[in-house]
Amino acid sequence: MKELKILAVVVFFTLLTYWGVEPYAHSVMHKHVESKDFKYEDLKPLKKRGDAKRGAETFVNAGCTGCHGVQAANIPAPMDPISAAASFGVNPPDLSNAGALYDEKFLAALIKNPAHALKVEHKFTEGRQHPMPGFYGVGGDMEQEVADIVAYLKSISKNIEEITPKMAFEDACGRCHAVHYEKWTQIGEKPKFKHEKDELLFDAKVLDYQDYLTKYMGKLPPDLSMYIRSRGEHYISTFMEDPQALLPGTSMPRVGVNKEAAEKVVEYLQDSGDLKRDERDSVGVIVMFYLFVFAFLAYLWKQSIWKELH
Amino acid sequence: MAQFEKANSLHEWLDQRLAIDTLERVLAKEYWIPKNINFLWAMGMVLAFTFGILLVSGIFLLMYYQPNVKLAFDSVNYTIMREVEFGWLWRHVHAVAASVVFLIIYIHMFTGIYYGSYKKGREMIWISGMLLFVTFSAEAFSGYMLPWGQMSYWAGMVITNLFSVGSLELNGLVEWIRGDYVPGQAFLDRFFMLHVLLLPLAILGLIGLHFGALRIPHVNNQDGEEIDFEAEAAKYKAGNKKEAKVIAFKPDFLSKDMFVLSVFLIFFFYLVFWHYSFAMDPINFDPADPMKTPPHIYPEWYFLWSYEILRPFPKDPGLVAFGIAQVIFFLIPFLDRSPNVAPAVRRGKFNIWFWVMLVDVIVLTVMGKLPPEGIFSTIGLVATVVFFALWISLPFITKNEKAV
Repeated sequence: MKELKILAVVVFFTLLTYWGVEPYAHSVMHKHVESKDFKYEDLKPLKKRGDAKRGAETFVNAGCTGCHGVQAANIPAPMDPISAAASFGVNPPDLSNAGALYDEKFLAALIKNPAHALKVEHKFTEGRQHPMPGFYGVGGDMEQEVADIVAYLKSISKNIEEITPKMAFEDACGRCHAVHYEKWTQIGEKPKFKHEKDELLFDAKVLDYQDYLTKYMGKLPPDLSMYIRSRGEHYISTFMEDPQALLPGTSMPRVGVNKEAAEKVVEYLQDSGDLKRDERDSVGVIVMFYLFVFAFLAYLWKQSIWKELH
Repeated sequence: MAQFEKANSLHEWLDQRLAIDTLERVLAKEYWIPKNINFLWAMGMVLAFTFGILLVSGIFLLMYYQPNVKLAFDSVNYTIMREVEFGWLWRHVHAVAASVVFLIIYIHMFTGIYYGSYKKGREMIWISGMLLFVTFSAEAFSGYMLPWGQMSYWAGMVITNLFSVGSLELNGLVEWIRGDYVPGQAFLDRFFMLHVLLLPLAILGLIGLHFGALRIPHVNNQDGEEIDFEAEAAKYKAGNKKEAKVIAFKPDFLSKDMFVLSVFLIFFFYLVFWHYSFAMDPINFDPADPMKTPPHIYPEWYFLWSYEILRPFPKDPGLVAFGIAQVIFFLIPFLDRSPNVAPAVRRGKFNIWFWVMLVDVIVLTVMGKLPPEGIFSTIGLVATVVFFALWISLPFITKNEKAV
């Protein structure tokens, strides 16, 4: 039929244009990195089986609690976030759920050589030291001691299933990145204030923290509120896995999250920047159903009118 | 004063005062359209409907949008997309319609060129249509500024810079357009005004002109046949609908339009719900940052072909080429010297001209998005040269065309 042939021509040129300006152009303009499934194969697997009890002792003896709080074990953070950022550039994380969120190879490598595990060695040259010192053992077999600490962190941590997207994000990303659509600041969630003065004081603290962070990172890490729309799920996920692969030389450290934790972080960003995605799908199905009925009726109407014309 | 009888129904009451029966007869029931048409003749209705979608969705967005450089981005991406019930729907509908309307405009334009629907009395239809194209372009550009994202800001910077006209360095003119040295609050405010008031008013007026321009020369048909509309309408009214070469706008043409429209709406809403990112560039979801230029600056897809014509040349010749490309389509009724009103396939060399032009514009579009490096620059340059060569050759190849 002639009309269908014409339609085929229109569709062909439309799709050709679409292919050129979307999939093809984007494949030329943007580097594509495939996920390696959060396996961190550049890092060595743990050689020893860790013991959580010994790990608890080693953890204290190694001086970890000098900088890190562990709420799950009733160890408070030694400093408030602002003072910590003043000393280290960024607030050292509470390690309560580190065992569930981060890959164990990554944790072990981080304990031994933070700049290497985080892939930020390019930032710490010419005598500059990473704020977290490497662990050189407390007198015994160092491999064993590291395995013990990792076992300890895993033993105190919640299960990954119990960890919400919000918790995963705050732990893995939230000390550098604000998400103001979720009221998240680098020093915690911004509460509702009764008095304007209290709010201003809180904002001033955030600004202080951001100043230290900016000095440490070179520039202020971006607010991630709309990153799910501006970067997309694939980019965020692969960037988290290995920032250097997408943006060589970036000062953002490798985060070391495992696959489940990465999915939770992405979900948190979807809630921030694409909150209505489920509603969009369900409304879409209803609208499409309506339109198919409409098209069917319109076709019948057209047929009934045109049969008198031909 | 006229004599008014007591009306027996609301319809009669209105008819006495507004002559609604006469209006309906003149505008619809006895507005004659050729029968020999295909679905491409429904694109006018599809465009009118899409403009309606843009108008209605725009009104809803206007209730929450804040034209302020500090608030604009969040008013769109937070307030409308998250807080307002179904705000996301209006925004996606508005953004996708703004892009799809250009696809239909281009189909409508190339249909007109293919069937020669700009000749022999139909020149004003073409010219008013081109004026609509230009006004829609300005409307699209001004609307693109409003979310105040990275692409809004930098596209605004690049496009307003064009008004310095190369070596003439009319920086004063650029500042006058921006209301500032760089895009800022004054810039956003005036583009907001243009987008929600002045340009929609102009579009409404031009749509009236475009429809009006159709009445005397009538709509063209698939064979470019000259129809005696009065004689054919008489056949139709006498009940000989099968033999008449015309149909009534209402209900005959309308019933076909509605079916085409329904198919279009299935396509359109599929894009709105599941395939919208071609119309909502990811880069524009980063807030405007005057300190950080995006690595790739490109306009929306429908401006890419003319953007590509600007790029391969040095500054001044590039601007001249760009300026000519913007207006050259206006001149097709006068550059096509053939008296034939017929589909391109029966017009010999013009048929080749048409398909080469179509493919060339698509090549320019794709190259306009790609970074201007290496082979892409070369292809873009060749396509630009072909574009101008086609326009220069048009009067010559049509002058000696055989009558069909």
